[in-house]
Amino acid sequence: MATHAAEPVYVTDALIAEDIDAYLNVHQHKTMLRFITCGSVDDGKSTLIGRLLYDSKMIFEDQLAALEADSKKVGTQGQGIDFALLVDGLAAEREQGITIDVAYRFFGTEKRKFIVADTPGHEQYTRNMVTGASTADLAVILIDARKGVLTQTRRHTFLAHLIGIRNLVLAVNKMDLVGYDQARFDEIVADYRSFADSIGVKHFTALPISGYMGDNITSLSPNTPWYQAPAYFGRTLVDHLETVEVDSTREAAKPFRMPVQWVNRPNLDFRGFAGLIASGSVKPGDDIRVVPSGKTSKVARIVTMDGDLEEAVAGQSVTLTFADEIDCSRGDVIAAAARPPEVADQFEANIVWMADEALIPGRAYWLKLGTQTVSATVHAPEYTINVNTMEHCAAKTLGLNAIGVAQVATDRAITFEAYADSHTLGGFILIDKITNATVGAGMLNHALRRAQNVHWQALDISRDAHAALKNQKPAVLWFTGLSGSGKSTIANLVEKKLHALGKHTFLLDGDNVRHGLNKDLGFSEADRIENIRRVAEVARLMTDAGLIVITAFISPFRAERELARDLIPDGEFTEVFIDTPLSVAEARDVKGLYKKARSGQIENFTGIDSPYEAPEKPEIHIDTTRISPEDAAEMIVDRLLGIWMPVI
Amino acid sequence: MTQTLTHLERLEAESIHIIREVVAEADKPVMLYSVGKDSAVMLHLARKAFYPAPPPFPLLHVDTTWKFRAMYELRQQMAEISGMELLVYQNPEAKARGINPFDHGSLHTDMWKTEGLKQALDLYGFDAAFGGARRDEEKSRAKERIFSFRTATHGWDPKNQRPELWNLYNARKAKGESIRVFPISNWTELDVWQYIHLNDIPIVPLYFAEKRPTVERDGMLLMVDDDRFPLRPGEEPVMRSIRFRTLGCYPLTGAVESTASTLPEVIQETLLTTTSERQGRAIDKDAGGAGMEVKKQQGYF
Repeated sequence: MATHAAEPVYVTDALIAEDIDAYLNVHQHKTMLRFITCGSVDDGKSTLIGRLLYDSKMIFEDQLAALEADSKKVGTQGQGIDFALLVDGLAAEREQGITIDVAYRFFGTEKRKFIVADTPGHEQYTRNMVTGASTADLAVILIDARKGVLTQTRRHTFLAHLIGIRNLVLAVNKMDLVGYDQARFDEIVADYRSFADSIGVKHFTALPISGYMGDNITSLSPNTPWYQAPAYFGRTLVDHLETVEVDSTREAAKPFRMPVQWVNRPNLDFRGFAGLIASGSVKPGDDIRVVPSGKTSKVARIVTMDGDLEEAVAGQSVTLTFADEIDCSRGDVIAAAARPPEVADQFEANIVWMADEALIPGRAYWLKLGTQTVSATVHAPEYTINVNTMEHCAAKTLGLNAIGVAQVATDRAITFEAYADSHTLGGFILIDKITNATVGAGMLNHALRRAQNVHWQALDISRDAHAALKNQKPAVLWFTGLSGSGKSTIANLVEKKLHALGKHTFLLDGDNVRHGLNKDLGFSEADRIENIRRVAEVARLMTDAGLIVITAFISPFRAERELARDLIPDGEFTEVFIDTPLSVAEARDVKGLYKKARSGQIENFTGIDSPYEAPEKPEIHIDTTRISPEDAAEMIVDRLLGIWMPVI
Repeated sequence: MTQTLTHLERLEAESIHIIREVVAEADKPVMLYSVGKDSAVMLHLARKAFYPAPPPFPLLHVDTTWKFRAMYELRQQMAEISGMELLVYQNPEAKARGINPFDHGSLHTDMWKTEGLKQALDLYGFDAAFGGARRDEEKSRAKERIFSFRTATHGWDPKNQRPELWNLYNARKAKGESIRVFPISNWTELDVWQYIHLNDIPIVPLYFAEKRPTVERDGMLLMVDDDRFPLRPGEEPVMRSIRFRTLGCYPLTGAVESTASTLPEVIQETLLTTTSERQGRAIDKDAGGAGMEVKKQQGYF
């Protein structure tokens, strides 16, 4: 008979009833631990979580009544309470085809409040586990004592280690089903240790338990007297959870860093910088440095609604004021003046891909790290890691749930630390620029090139000076449209008209770029993206030189056109959509390319076997079925000159 | 020196961080303010997040006209204390049709609250709305994201939720889309009570026991808060010492018999009680939430 029949021990009930103030005082001083449980329902994971909730009295009588009824109806424990039903919404979700997800559960003891992230254990839910693990101080890796270390045990351990969880608990469960056999426990632990060593896990804590029977969960079990010998950990699971060091305590001992979330400026006399302290501690009078600007000052006040603080530590949300008026805004990091974090724009990172659509190397994504959001590209991975065998495999991209090591380049330098040193300044998410979905998560290993001491050469002749001499405002007219839509024709006409008006222009098209600068590129998706990236960079340099640049490329992907737009200063980029239906372009087929594409002689041809993503909001939209090339060119020049801001 | 923060300090810091992220990244945020204890905590956190400035967004109360009178009083008071603009929205169609909880059942909630909220968000063009929901309230909320996306028509696609890693929130959205944000997701009922106690946050007096006129109906103790309450034949309001664990529309909110008249006593009762918080709400059963017979509340001890 399972221990469900026994009354759970509410050790605090007496105190609650007798002296609520004393009780509240105890609970006011509780700390918090977040942990993740790894394993599948078969390992007894839900049963374990259910028991923790039950034993800590987080299950109310009405919920318990429902649980008892459900247990009789669909439970797997005979007449006993099936704790798994309390938390296991997952089976139902699977049947209903709903996203299987991360569920958070709460329970508490006198010493701590616990937040448990509960995620499914199978390989197809790797991203869910990574998500749940990202905020955890500790991971409980569950093993069925009958089965021992399995592939999934190795996968869970690797993922927990990758995401930087320092406290690993090996919970050898279902000990009741192996007769509480010490030799079996030793064998499993030894087996696990050899694997843990191989991936660099230096330390873990092993416990023999039974979630169903309650052995070594809240009290030491009489069934495992051998567990109390000095060679073993010898304590219960809850005891361990209550006393293990939490990450925020460790963070407090590191150098001070606070990413600025918000500049608080209610009036001219107050300017405060609000944020969550990522590491270290801060006191009024401390020397600080704002990164990346490098400006220094002293902390004047630590402002909170409950009064100014004498000290604040990692994990607190505060507002700081400085002794001097120095520039500081969202995205900056306030750091200990003597030990500031580094700044760089190229990194090596571990990346976990979380979207159905695979990573496109070279495409621009938003990268959010701390409070910084920048445009970034990811190179083709150096390798991916097979999460079951730990083997490194060659790969060109990252699909859903894939984990790989790749280079990441940001369009401007960001303030960072290695993920191993700071989860806040080393962990980032990648966001698709079109769908706005979070498509990946990454952990920076190190910078490839230090930008710390590389400042932009302050040019004596500025871009404004270049433009002023030409008496024009630089601009990029970015033509996009299908092959044969009339881009080159109209672009040529536009350039002639501008030239006639005395404007300094340059036309970039396939002919003058593909044969020189980009002759190393083919027509694969990755190469086409790189082609456009280079064109955009060249266009940017030309605008710096004061030119009006006209580009005429199919540029089929929205994300690449957005990348080009991001490179060019605001207001200088004009997207010109030459809109010709495929049937019309194909009928024209000036160069005979459509015919070749249809017959399979050309691959990846836009409109045939490669998509064209039409602009959603181009600045100029030319419908070539209604307007002649000459009129279109006239219209474009008028628009460009209409928004003209002559440099005086 | 290193100090370990308490669980309430960490929860507070997390919530403040979330609120600031939304304000930094959204165009036009708003805080949904229901006047209940969870809203009280959320509002207090928002005030802390931006102190010494008032929170840079308005409060929005989607009103059903059927809230307890004491709630309307506190609503006004809190708007004044916080220095925030208070927007009150009442669905004009529900008003014109006289939709009420006595005659219209679930339509009442649907029109006043669900429809009213959508209308208000569209009317003002808010693109981010803070709500006081907690993950421990019910099983389904355990999986709710902190940032929850809505399409331009306020649709929610559970299959398309964004993963939330570390404390990085992706607040990007297309024009017309909006986000619901739940800054106190990780708080439990006990956390909320303890925080109110520690911070001395004003809450509606109905949370404390007092003698109030009640009738017992369908297994629930309802308070006769005004003369719009239609008494059934044989029903006579009886003065009972009651309090509320949650507050909503008064005809839909069940009271518990209690003598807990101070916060510590309320917390004491909460800890010793054996039924879950939402049990007092007719609305959950109406939606098929609990599906179990309502138990009679037992007094404490």
